[in-house]
Amino acid sequence: MDLELKDIPGQLVNALVPISDAGGNIVSVVHHHAKRTPRGTIPIQVTFDFEGDLEALKFSLESRDIKIGRVNEAKLLEHRTVLIVGHIIHSDIRDTIDQIDQTGYAEVVDLAMSMPGINLKSSARIGISAEGKEEARKAMSLMRQIARKKDLLVIEPINSEDTQ
Amino acid sequence: MKTLSVAIIGMGSVGQGVLKVLAGSKGQYPAQRTVIKVVAVADSKGVAVDDKGLDPGRVLKEKLNGDLKRSGQSALDYIRTGNYDVLVEVTPTDAKTGEPGLSYITAALSRGKSVVTSNKGPVALQYKALTGMAREKGVHFLYEATVGGAMPVFNLLRTPLAGNKVLGIKGIFNGTCNYILTRMASEGLPYDMVLSEAKELGYAEADPTYDVEGIDTALKVVILANTAFGMNVSLKDVSVVGISSITPDALKLAADDGYVIKLIGEVRPNGAERVLKVSPRLVPKMHPLSVQGTLNAALIETALAGDIAVVGKGAGSVETASAILSDLLYIATTS
Ligand SMILES: NC(=O)c1ccc[n+]([C@@H]2O[C@H](COP(=O)([O-])OP(=O)(O)OC[C@H]3O[C@@H](n4cnc5c(N)ncnc54)[C@H](OP(=O)(O)O)[C@@H]3O)[C@@H](O)[C@H]2O)c1
Repeated sequence: MDLELKDIPGQLVNALVPISDAGGNIVSVVHHHAKRTPRGTIPIQVTFDFEGDLEALKFSLESRDIKIGRVNEAKLLEHRTVLIVGHIIHSDIRDTIDQIDQTGYAEVVDLAMSMPGINLKSSARIGISAEGKEEARKAMSLMRQIARKKDLLVIEPINSEDTQ
Repeated sequence: MKTLSVAIIGMGSVGQGVLKVLAGSKGQYPAQRTVIKVVAVADSKGVAVDDKGLDPGRVLKEKLNGDLKRSGQSALDYIRTGNYDVLVEVTPTDAKTGEPGLSYITAALSRGKSVVTSNKGPVALQYKALTGMAREKGVHFLYEATVGGAMPVFNLLRTPLAGNKVLGIKGIFNGTCNYILTRMASEGLPYDMVLSEAKELGYAEADPTYDVEGIDTALKVVILANTAFGMNVSLKDVSVVGISSITPDALKLAADDGYVIKLIGEVRPNGAERVLKVSPRLVPKMHPLSVQGTLNAALIETALAGDIAVVGKGAGSVETASAILSDLLYIATTS
């Protein structure tokens, strides 16, 4: 988020307090002290993780006389790791991955396998990124279905059922 | 001082633990202004009774020596007619019928006697009927020891977390499985080898099916579902996967990414999307449920307090007796 601050002391804190009060987790602040806008204000760029009401936050910044420039929103990706155990290769791991990738809302971003020998059970660790919590839940439920069909054991993450 | 007369039915690991604890304290609990007196003990061979009070230490010794004098009465006859305030029911768990505990507990409650039990069968099968009976008679039916042994769960929900809406509970409720998974992970050993070791050390039964296939954990999930959430479910409603197909490779892959594998029981009422399951899960190494060895742990998700975690010994003679004692003293101080 690009902000413009007045050139008087205490303005940086004035801008950061509402962000952290709203539950934002500030990742970085770039302070262009040497630069000035044509309006004589100092531009800063704040990056933060935030899950709350963005409009309310903008309002509280503006009410502190802070001008808001560009806001770049990047949706947080939800990451889940699952393990599968069984005859993974025979049951076509490629197809398992494709089914997740084809959802359009989730994809396999990490894969590690361990194959102790032919005819022995192998294991794979699969990292899945999804567009949000709901999508992550749907991806886990798809993973469960695939595993049931292919007779694989799925070891899901502890938070896979969380609703909030 | 108030005297609470108790009849202990079952003198195995848990019953003996209760006797040991009461022998140690001489039954005196001044902080609760209570004296606990044992007026009867029973095992599969019969009952020993003394209305004036048995000496717990002596009874224990006689039970171990095999020279305990019994009255000739059956346990059920005593429960129906004897003079006691609280029945401590600690006979073996039967997940299918709940017997003999179910008949014992029913007989005591229907006479208006309070009951404290560690027996999972009756609580999982007939919770509604038994609490209904207790309420009708104005007595207590308490079962802290049934889930997580020494680890407080129901007591925590009843008092410290009272008023909080509980959203879900998940945890490690079987020490045998947790021991096996911990050892497999730390030593890189295969399941079968660790299972035999666990049997030798007494951490697993000769027939470990009930534990390793997740049935014991599922029974606890049923108890939690029915008692904490009023769900009215039974064992067949729980989706259950045990730990027997976990490989050292799987544990290694998990560890490489910062996880351990634990057998987790989870219950979450959540309307149509209710969760009632037992399965191996990936748990981050720093997570509160990432506990070692035979420990049990529970994570209670509440609306106001957020997540609350408890960790403790899920089994053991004196450890389980501690949960029974806390139920007894709760009865003494509230009735
Ligand atoms: N052990 C633990 O750490 C633990 C933890 C939590 C909950 N629990 C639960 O607590 C209960 C007791 O466990 P435990 O380990 O003490 O079991 P246990 O060692 O097998 O002892 C069971 C006792 O019950 C007696 N008994 C068996 N059938 C009976 C009958 N029909 N009437 C009267 N008494 C009878 C046995 O008599 P004999 O002595 O004559 O054989 C024995 O004394 C079980 O339901 C268990 O699931 C145990």
